[in-house]
Amino acid sequence: MVFALLKYGFSRRYPERDEIPRTPDLQSHYDVVIIGGGGHGASLAYHLAKHHGITNVAILEKGYLGGGNTARNTTVIRSNYTDQRSIRFYAKALRLYESLANELDYNMMYSRRGQLTLSHSDGVSRSLRLRADAGVFCGEANEIVDRQQIRSLVPSLNLDIKGMPILCGLWHPSAAIARHDAVVWGYAIRACERGVELHQRTEVLGMELSGNRVTRLRTNRGDVSAGTVVQCVAGYSSVVAKMAGLKLPIRSYPLQAMVTHPVKPFLDPMVSSTALHCYVSQSARGELVIGGGSDPYELYNTRSTLELKESLAASALEMFPFIGELKILRQWAGITDMTPDYSPIMGQGPLSNYWLDAGWGTWGFKATPASGFFLAKAISENRIPDEIRPFQLSRFHSFDLVNEMGATAASH
Amino acid sequence: MKLMTCPLNGPRNITEFQCHGEVHRQPEPSGASDHEWAEYVWMSNNTAGVVREWWCHTPTNFWFLAERNTVTDEILATFPVPADGPSGEAS
Repeated sequence: MVFALLKYGFSRRYPERDEIPRTPDLQSHYDVVIIGGGGHGASLAYHLAKHHGITNVAILEKGYLGGGNTARNTTVIRSNYTDQRSIRFYAKALRLYESLANELDYNMMYSRRGQLTLSHSDGVSRSLRLRADAGVFCGEANEIVDRQQIRSLVPSLNLDIKGMPILCGLWHPSAAIARHDAVVWGYAIRACERGVELHQRTEVLGMELSGNRVTRLRTNRGDVSAGTVVQCVAGYSSVVAKMAGLKLPIRSYPLQAMVTHPVKPFLDPMVSSTALHCYVSQSARGELVIGGGSDPYELYNTRSTLELKESLAASALEMFPFIGELKILRQWAGITDMTPDYSPIMGQGPLSNYWLDAGWGTWGFKATPASGFFLAKAISENRIPDEIRPFQLSRFHSFDLVNEMGATAASH
Repeated sequence: MKLMTCPLNGPRNITEFQCHGEVHRQPEPSGASDHEWAEYVWMSNNTAGVVREWWCHTPTNFWFLAERNTVTDEILATFPVPADGPSGEAS
């Protein structure tokens, strides 16, 4: 076994893949420095290079490419939100995802599954109705389905959960899953082909400010100056923003998820229940991906707790009672940067050359192509496109929030 | 099971407690500017390190203060609210 593995490892027939570019020497200046080499950072770099000809760009990643929340989310792509401003934004992301494998010539394993959100109470039924109608108004496919339709969509689902029978559901046929690692790899590879530099294991330690601008970044590999700085650091948004002297409306909570060992395909759509704090989908490998709510208190730690795993397993069992024999194969946590209104923060903030891409909480993966697309446009034109104007930091000072708490399957 | 020591009830399962966020000072509502008030309502230090927070033991509704390290997930101290108010408010 060991020798076979060594033989495989050293065999010339299976050379090391070198499509992810090696980290070059850090130069002293870049037009744009992106802090954070996850999906959002790579997507932004790609769109800057592809559409706006800005190629003197460095992505600084303290760990490895896509090793943060890009690797830790449960890969749900959907646009069934409540507020029209969000629906239009996430719908753009969905459209970009649909053609992303072609665009990047990289297999994303994009798979349209549809998403079924369950209601166990009249209150939730009303909010699903609102989401269905708001979605249809914006041209997105959404409909309310009754128990009979749910039975035909997901025959294996237990409709008569004790104490909370399923009343109806919100069916979102265009929802999909994709391979999360491939998304960030694809964006990073194509960005680097256009001249972007990816610096892995390069941590930003501090910033020098002059007036209204961030002028220099101090990193563990030397100082670098930048025309424009963008932070795309998810759970560490507050920590990095503090270096620029900014305080954000973000609180960081871990979110725990897990997968079972693989079984034959039985579950095509993704099924989620806000009342049970649980959502389940079956990956292309046959594993059941079970995701849940954020932890009950703020933490910058990806430890696991038995309580949350127990409650996830219990909720999944209520929906699919026959999975009791399945073993948990892997479990993990990511640090989610939660905002008060469950919507992201994109835009400039108070500094003139410092851009924010933060507050992505539990909804960041599905937005990856659109956040890069719109932020690249904003940075190159120095003007916020209408599509992301509602998501600026200033909305908290004008009390014009974009409330998506009810449309966020994972939390609370 | 993670334990938290309630100043009133002793060590209890942490699922019996609710965290109510970092101790911070409320500006005088009648005198605060809109900007100050928005900062107070929405913004958070979200410290990676030691924080002082409000916690409540829900079965007994007992409110107290806790010092916690948000990086290591250690509870450093729990104590009742001092007579002169929760000292050590973050700005």
